[in-house]
Amino acid sequence: MESIIEIKNLTKKYKDFIAVDDITFDVKKGEIFAFLGPNGAGKTTTIKMLTTLANPTFGTILINGYDPIKQQEETRASFGIVFQDPSLDDELTAYENLDFHGMLYKIKLKDRKERIKQLLTFVELWDRRKDLVKHFSGGMKRRLEIARGFLHHPKVLFLDEPTIGLDPQTRNHIWEYLKKMNKEEGTTVFLTTHYMEEADKVSDKIAIIDHGKIVAQGTSQELKSQTNTNTLEEAFLALTGKELREEKPGAIDNMRQRSRMWHRR
Amino acid sequence: MIAIYTLWVRQLKRYFRSKSRIVGSLGQPILFLVALGFGLGPIFQAAGQGNYIEFLAPGIISMSILFLAMFSGIEIIWDRQFGFLKETMVAPVPRWQIMLGRTLGGATVAVMQGIIVFAISFLVGFRVESWSLLPLAFVFMLLIALLFTALGTAIASLLEDMHGFQLIMNFLIMPIFFLSGALFPIEGVPGVLEWLVKLNPLAYGVDGLRGTLGGVAHMGLFVDFWVLSIIVAVIIAIGSYLFSKIQV
Repeated sequence: MESIIEIKNLTKKYKDFIAVDDITFDVKKGEIFAFLGPNGAGKTTTIKMLTTLANPTFGTILINGYDPIKQQEETRASFGIVFQDPSLDDELTAYENLDFHGMLYKIKLKDRKERIKQLLTFVELWDRRKDLVKHFSGGMKRRLEIARGFLHHPKVLFLDEPTIGLDPQTRNHIWEYLKKMNKEEGTTVFLTTHYMEEADKVSDKIAIIDHGKIVAQGTSQELKSQTNTNTLEEAFLALTGKELREEKPGAIDNMRQRSRMWHRR
Repeated sequence: MIAIYTLWVRQLKRYFRSKSRIVGSLGQPILFLVALGFGLGPIFQAAGQGNYIEFLAPGIISMSILFLAMFSGIEIIWDRQFGFLKETMVAPVPRWQIMLGRTLGGATVAVMQGIIVFAISFLVGFRVESWSLLPLAFVFMLLIALLFTALGTAIASLLEDMHGFQLIMNFLIMPIFFLSGALFPIEGVPGVLEWLVKLNPLAYGVDGLRGTLGGVAHMGLFVDFWVLSIIVAVIIAIGSYLFSKIQV
């Protein structure tokens, strides 16, 4: 099985600390891959490097055979991403949000129209296509973003905490969409989550990062036997310890709080 | 190139969709026109300076353009974390195209606002001297709009949250506005202030706008146009560079 993401000796150093410390792992094509880790472990930094939003200090990344630094446009065309915070335009309709994405990714009009219809129907938002996104609930926005992520037929879809804060029905539907697309279009799914049972149920492979290093890799079953535990959550705690991870809130956390005050979530 | 068009259209759609915001942002310019125009009018006349409404209207048009343009630029701070902008950061589109599309969109919207204020000023007695210079007046409006949209973008690229925004408004934008000749003539202003005015790009914009709408351009239309154009080009370049350095 060929790899769609290859990471070798990836390192990210900031002035006073090492966020990502010489990590190496692969994600195979068509896998559902969960990337887990406590707060401050280096998860977000790794994803930023994978999605061309940050440059590594050392090491190599290949996504769909492309180098994110030297072949930025080709890399970007190869993946889609659903961020933790919604990145939709509230004052545009659901259809327009997808249409703009399609234009940015250079999809021709006819293909765009067909694909938008296909995906909006798929995430069950076709009859809400003319509504402004600001009238959507958190779950609807998330479903719309997933539709958008798949629009340009990416090889990999990155998802950062895709079901956080959502009700069980929506979470279930989202997992159905992801599994279906993974099966039908062969899209590799790369996700981060704090919901261990979710990772346990859906992922083919898991990697756990802590203090910038990969502390374990394998299937959920392998991790459980390795740590002699019964659930993935116990395995995770066994591997990363039970201490609380202190994190200084950044500007992003403050803005996220403000956003919750002023917007529907 | 389609990216530039996409972002331009987006700004326009957002503007036209929010009727209450359009009307709301017209409130201040109208208030200034009416209150200052009729309030200070007689004093201005008595001081031998002529019709205040004729003098004031270009200044108020500039004001409405200035503020709306700045807001479009500053919107980036929010947009980049919670809005569409974040999505454009990972799209296979060069950053400068994103910045240009946004700047043109924000500037277009600001000019439309300026035109509405222009139309409203007729209701309080403003009259255009020579209609032949009107296209040039629109050029000046566009230059002012581009200047402040790009400036807003440049500043927003450096700020991480909305707190610095207050500082910028009070210590940069307000002085720029008040020392631009928008509200009162800049000739005869004491020493240091006169220098600040000479360095203020908005002063050239206001002067040019006033000149083309029928008043007198004290610094000359030629100087106004070229100084403003060069500054606009520089700020767009700086803004583009700073924007490309944004880390999400």
